[in-house]
Amino acid sequence: MTETFLYLIQQLINGLTIGSTYALIAIGYTMVYGIIGMINFAHGEIYMIGSYITFIVIAGLLGMGMVSLPIILIIALIVAVIIASTYGWTVERVAYRPLRGTNRLIPLISAIGMSIFLQNYVVLAQGSRDVALPPQISGGWTFGDPSVFEVSFSYMQALIWVVTFVAMTALTLFISRSRMGRACRACSEDLGMTNLLGIDTNRTIALTFIIGAALAAVAGLLLGLYYGVVNPFVGFIAGLKAFTAAVLGGIGSIPGAVLGGLILGVTEALTSAYFPSEYKDVVSFGLLVLILLFRPSGLLGKPEVEKV
Amino acid sequence: MQNSKFLSAIFAAGVTFVLACLMLGVKLNTEGTTLQVEGASTEQWTWIGLGIAVVFLSQLFSAQIDAFFSGLPKPQLAKVLPEASVMARLKPWLLAALIVGMLVWPFMVSRGSVDLATLTLIYIMLGLGLNIVVGLAGLLDLGFVAFYAVGAYTYALLSMYFGLSFWICLPLAAALAALFGFILGFPVLRLRGDYLAIVTLGFGEIIRILLNNWTAVTGGPNGISGIAKPTLFGLEFTRRAKEEGAMTFHEFFGISYSSSYKVIFLYLIAVVLVIFVIYLINRLMRMPIGRAWEALREDEIACRSLGLNRTAIKLSAFTIGASTAGFAGSFFAARQGFISPESFIFIESAIILAIVVLGGMGSQIGVILAAIVMTILPELAREFSEYRMLLFGLLMVIMMRWRPEGLVPMKRPHLELKQ
Amino acid sequence: MSQLLLDVNGLTMRFGGLVAVNKVNLAVKNRQIVSIIGPNGAGKTTVFNCLSGFYIPSEGSVMFNGGEIAGMKDFQISRQGLVRTFQHVRLFSKMTVIENMLVAQHRHLNTSLLAGLFKTGSYKRLEQEAMDRAAYWLKQVDLLEFANREAGNLAYGQQRRLEIARCMVTQPELLLLDEPAAGLNPNETKELDELIIRLRDEHEISVLLIEHDMGLVMGISDHIYVIAQGTPLADGTADEIKNNDDVIKAYLGEE
Repeated sequence: MTETFLYLIQQLINGLTIGSTYALIAIGYTMVYGIIGMINFAHGEIYMIGSYITFIVIAGLLGMGMVSLPIILIIALIVAVIIASTYGWTVERVAYRPLRGTNRLIPLISAIGMSIFLQNYVVLAQGSRDVALPPQISGGWTFGDPSVFEVSFSYMQALIWVVTFVAMTALTLFISRSRMGRACRACSEDLGMTNLLGIDTNRTIALTFIIGAALAAVAGLLLGLYYGVVNPFVGFIAGLKAFTAAVLGGIGSIPGAVLGGLILGVTEALTSAYFPSEYKDVVSFGLLVLILLFRPSGLLGKPEVEKV
Repeated sequence: MQNSKFLSAIFAAGVTFVLACLMLGVKLNTEGTTLQVEGASTEQWTWIGLGIAVVFLSQLFSAQIDAFFSGLPKPQLAKVLPEASVMARLKPWLLAALIVGMLVWPFMVSRGSVDLATLTLIYIMLGLGLNIVVGLAGLLDLGFVAFYAVGAYTYALLSMYFGLSFWICLPLAAALAALFGFILGFPVLRLRGDYLAIVTLGFGEIIRILLNNWTAVTGGPNGISGIAKPTLFGLEFTRRAKEEGAMTFHEFFGISYSSSYKVIFLYLIAVVLVIFVIYLINRLMRMPIGRAWEALREDEIACRSLGLNRTAIKLSAFTIGASTAGFAGSFFAARQGFISPESFIFIESAIILAIVVLGGMGSQIGVILAAIVMTILPELAREFSEYRMLLFGLLMVIMMRWRPEGLVPMKRPHLELKQ
Repeated sequence: MSQLLLDVNGLTMRFGGLVAVNKVNLAVKNRQIVSIIGPNGAGKTTVFNCLSGFYIPSEGSVMFNGGEIAGMKDFQISRQGLVRTFQHVRLFSKMTVIENMLVAQHRHLNTSLLAGLFKTGSYKRLEQEAMDRAAYWLKQVDLLEFANREAGNLAYGQQRRLEIARCMVTQPELLLLDEPAAGLNPNETKELDELIIRLRDEHEISVLLIEHDMGLVMGISDHIYVIAQGTPLADGTADEIKNNDDVIKAYLGEE
């Protein structure tokens, strides 16, 4: 096998890894958009908070002398999911619910305010500098010819793939099988009608925020471990990327968010492999603009019929 | 009833505890290569406890608190001001007094105050520009700072490479920013409101990344320094003329050199620019185009059914707003003498948006007042400067919840009909 | 035969597999009031959306004043003189009544930026004419005294009338009214009835009407079209429609 080909394989692996975490965050955007038609600007910050919580729990448990990595990770995951979900719920309760039914611009501005608030809240609480966590999971598999180019697939990347896959499967089952999931789907079809049918729409919307936040926290844990650093500003750019992924796949569609995340991740990996890496953001925003122009309903979204 | 109230208060307190316990109660610390956590001090825990108690009590007594606040009389601006007819007569005099005051004032105060006033005037310009786009036309633009950057870099680069003067560059910067607005607006203005917000946000980031990485021309992260200051009909405000044969201000008038002349001169330019922008926008608002912007914000479908070309109208709002930012940008570059991509981050867009929202979307007086408050308050409360952005964010949420029309809501023009 | 103002042939609109409008024909002559009736969901509003350019028809031709308008953009169609109202009132709620009327005349005004900034003679003259036209039509619909009120603060019946006045001020030849009597009390409906007749007789325009109020429709229509499930069912004068077996079946169901 040639070097170019192996190099490409390596970029695909890296891209799919990042892409699957984008997908996790993108689901939060897509579900909220599907149900109340608004962009939850503060969603990226929830992901960032999830990363911080993960770091705090891992550092705390290691400091207490705990050695079993799987147990540490599981505890970190549970705590991060609980706390991030609480943040997601609170944001909805405080900044969005009172504004439901007003002009579109108003909740959007409120969401931007919330995003700025949370970012600076974390700056005040944890400082604005990078916090670094030494790698917890090292090693991996390598293949290819060492004299030409060795492709590596680390255990960490494998973990990201597995966890993402499990989370997606759980979500799909929840949405399609459970009572609450059915209520979610009903709400995204017609909120007013669902309310008339006696389903507590407020509760369903809150649940959507909680699920979105929980998945963002999972992404926060995975990406935090993968990169090993976090700062209060990572949520902003990750949020933008995930939103791009959601739009790419078709906002409102969960499989679309996954597909969009993967495509975006691979695109970015390939861009930074062949061009200066600063331009990878330019490429992903460019992609967003192109998609919105030529296929505003995304790859898997339903085209919208304008109601007059 | 009482019981459920108590339960919800307990619940709210519990939520607050979950929110605060790890994020506020524990701090991450990098010690060498290992990451450590340290618990917050007793004092900090006391604060957290107090916070929880406040949430608990405010939930428990929410009904009473609401009753108290609704009992408070709302400040009525209309009652404070004299009647409309009297106001109409007084208005030209008030305006004249205000303008004279603004011209005389800088000679009586410190250099720092004048400098701060100049900065405020820049934000007023930016706020007024964004007000066209967001307040009047209802297009949420989160990348407004990109046009500000275009204006600033236009002047800086033209001045550096071609030695063009500030006064020539000022209209050029506005025109170039408008061109950027047009090029961006043309494809994206067909998008729905929230998509537009994201695309403009992305555009702002792209401009910043390009400025940061196109090192050969823009100097990259180091920016451009030594940008020429504006001159008064060729008179420079430096101690010695830079060019052979040129004269400086103090030499021409035979007075001794003082660096505060330059500061005051910049302030006066800003005053003139702001008055120009206010006049221009005021006219626009009363013209067919201004009415069409607002109509589009109110109901796009009705506009289309009445024969209004929405793309053209949106594009005009976007372009004119952008040119105002370009205007402000080139003045900013001239005032600072140094610019770098650092000055054009997303937070700047957010601050300008906060000014528009706080002032009252569409309301020019509101935007001006908000710009003054937003630039002067942080200066007055320097010890709280780290809370500045936190408060901005909070303010945006609170305003949307309790007073989405802003501090000084827009007043409709009164039009007389011949009966 | 005089030339038709509006001549619709074989108008069809499909959404995916669903046929919402199926081969509908319509003809409106000058100074005529024509109604489209049909049960709920029959596709009447979809027909309006096709005529006014909000949807591009899948098939069929729409001739207005002898020219094809199917496929034109919405704002271009209204500039040809075909203007519509909406089932749910669509006003510029935060703007005053008079501002609503001025926005509607946008294309008749001098919209050049420089002319407006320097208040040239032509700019001022056109603004004044627009104000006069606005005043005239506000008077016609009894809203003159509310000229400086915010449109959103008007009573519902007044909002309906303002919407019609706002269309009229654009100087149309054909006015499309989508359920103008919906939500009006009997008294207001009667006034509306008179207003529509006045539009035809005094202002010499044609009106195409969707309406459920049979009293109104039968009283003022020169010609009536019946649509059921997107398909034309019958057409004729009020008397012919009243006695048409198919129509009775569609409304009352099979015996």
